[in-house]
Amino acid sequence: MSGAPTAVYLDHQATTPVDPRVLDTMLPWFSETFGNAHSEQHIWGRQAADAVELAREKVASLIAAEAREIVFTSGATESNNLAIKGAVRFAMRHGRGKHVVTVVTEHKCVLESCEALVEDGAEVTYLSVDHEGFVDPVAVESAIREDTVLVSVMAVNNEIGVIQPLARIGEICRARGVLLHTDAAQAAGKIDLDVNAMMIDLLSVSGHKMYAPKGIGALYVRRRPRARLLAEMSGGGQERGFRSGTLPVALTVALGDAAEIAQSELAAEGVRLSSLRADMLAQLRSRLGEVIVNGSMDNRVPGNLNVGFAGVDAEALMTELPELAISTGSACTSASVEPSYVLKALGLSDADAGASVRIGFGRYTTPGEVNAAAEMIVEAVENQRSGNSARAAE
Amino acid sequence: MDIYLDHNATTPVHPEVVDRMTSVLAQTGNASSVHRFGRLARRMVDDAREAVAQLVESSAANVVFTSGGTEANNLALCGFSGQAVVSAVEHDSVLAARADASKIPVDHKGVVDLDQLREMLVGRDEQVVVSVMYANNETGVIQPIAEIVSLAKKHGALVHCDAIQAAGKLSVSMRELGVDLLSLSAHKIGGPQGVGALVVRNGLDPEPLLRGGGQERRRRAGTENVSGIAGFGVAATLAADRLSEFASIAALRDHMEHRLSDAAPDAIFHGASRERLANTSCVGLPGMTGEIQVMTLDLAGVAVSAGSACSSGKVTPSHVLLAMGADDETAKSAIRVSLGADTRAEEIDRFVDVWSDMAGRRSLNNEKRRSVA
Repeated sequence: MSGAPTAVYLDHQATTPVDPRVLDTMLPWFSETFGNAHSEQHIWGRQAADAVELAREKVASLIAAEAREIVFTSGATESNNLAIKGAVRFAMRHGRGKHVVTVVTEHKCVLESCEALVEDGAEVTYLSVDHEGFVDPVAVESAIREDTVLVSVMAVNNEIGVIQPLARIGEICRARGVLLHTDAAQAAGKIDLDVNAMMIDLLSVSGHKMYAPKGIGALYVRRRPRARLLAEMSGGGQERGFRSGTLPVALTVALGDAAEIAQSELAAEGVRLSSLRADMLAQLRSRLGEVIVNGSMDNRVPGNLNVGFAGVDAEALMTELPELAISTGSACTSASVEPSYVLKALGLSDADAGASVRIGFGRYTTPGEVNAAAEMIVEAVENQRSGNSARAAE
Repeated sequence: MDIYLDHNATTPVHPEVVDRMTSVLAQTGNASSVHRFGRLARRMVDDAREAVAQLVESSAANVVFTSGGTEANNLALCGFSGQAVVSAVEHDSVLAARADASKIPVDHKGVVDLDQLREMLVGRDEQVVVSVMYANNETGVIQPIAEIVSLAKKHGALVHCDAIQAAGKLSVSMRELGVDLLSLSAHKIGGPQGVGALVVRNGLDPEPLLRGGGQERRRRAGTENVSGIAGFGVAATLAADRLSEFASIAALRDHMEHRLSDAAPDAIFHGASRERLANTSCVGLPGMTGEIQVMTLDLAGVAVSAGSACSSGKVTPSHVLLAMGADDETAKSAIRVSLGADTRAEEIDRFVDVWSDMAGRRSLNNEKRRSVA
């Protein structure tokens, strides 16, 4: 690859590489067997439509849903917008409530979707999390009001990898007759998700977080009891009217295959990633002494580590490590210099939040890369600390 | 060998575009990440932005990448408050985006009625967005955009132009046209499905449809579809280079229409008396529904469509032809034949043969029906 990295990529929560197996199956759909999946009157269109339907089944299978409950979108941001704004606007239009319950550590696109609803006259309750990053199901229950339409709680946090107690929350929402939406962009293909067992009504999936390309995602929309949404994009009425627009056939095929692969490899991959992460943490701790882990280590996806090095400036640390791709927060907001709102929600001070980095392991991460990355981080932290103490001594 | 004559529905991705996307897909990076993987992705997106801007003679900063033409149209139409005034022959994604819009009628040739538009604009005190497509997806008829713009400007209205079918088929200049908003789709010009753009004139700020991260200058949240956008960029450059080549398709199309007309003198060529896209022919065959024609042609290995792909599942007559004054039966008997830059004369000949045969059997069937009666 030109201009490029022999560098180590440990930012798998920002985006993942495309699995070569996925790439192989999607590429023919650009040229050899191209077609508009909505042109069902001719063979090109029917082939494309068949490929899309097969992909729909694979995505559904990943979350134990039915194929006809899957709506393809351009990504998790669109899925989250459609789920949250779509459900609440539908309810508001029909006088069936106007209140949303969500959590302060949600992804920006969930929070912004809620803000958009506030402009429409909706009301939002933002629940806090404990110091490990968990939302309390009891707090969800007490936040639900007569006019609550929707509870939106992410399955796995993008910065700290913490897994929320969805099944408990699902039970509460179902009992209270409120829809449960979950942003599963970081969870799908990484933890077991069962929309029926967890009583989830709406679930967002992102392709590029699970080794498919960017530009494709999905929204699960429950049929029984039916989750009703107002479409965000209108037009040809594709995707059963939930989402108009020509489906990108190659991308849907890719998402389907990525879902299938993730599902079949989920358990073994989880063990492998946990061991890489444990190895990284052990090396950092043995060399640097105290390393603070942000968020629970017990209920967390295996590919995520978020650690703080007291007294270190994480932004500067990253600048010192051009050969290592890690991050200081979510990519969407990483251009901002504000400390992570997720880490602050755990109770971290600005300084501690600003001393933290996210290290994300993935399908192609090797033990050798983990060792190399640990070495780089240790050296950079030590450099900064000795620089700091030298300055302090002057 | 199957013959594809449905290029207005979607086009094959150009091999150079596939090459570019294949190499981009082999790289990892979120364009919003600050590390080198992210910066590399950002550069790919920005290069494509430049290429797309050049295709329509605008500047890169004005290009907002979307998931496709439908999203671009929705963003344009829903991004501004006030009244929407749209032509009666717009694509469903414009018509459905603003169900409350007033409709500008078209004449029997498919061209918007400027006098009617003037009347609709007079005395409006709220913001008006006028939306008229550059060229129609079903008939290929080209609208007088420059005149529409000057009329709209006189009344302080914004103008959106859906140029999804026009871009890459003829020269489209945002600067010359003076439109405020222009929609594009990659898969209609040899790029991939799943990416499009809304080009927004300097100083305009549509209310975003998708909210979240600060991507696309806060006009469209969501991780950029880096490979799709890069592919769109290459397709835009190729399309710009091949414009004159594309214009030459008209000769093949006209030859085709002559032969069809010879085979069935009662065939109707909708919009043919006006300036049209070089590749598009909307042919009516009285006495046979478009559905039956499309199926018959499909069995013979020729792909065309009855109306636009998005609504091709429906059996309702085309709203475009109805707006042009066709009756239900006439509208239902039309098919759309849309050629590509690489369509060969032999393919057209084969299509004409199959079609002529079908048209001939139609008169036999009609005679049989008459004799039975």
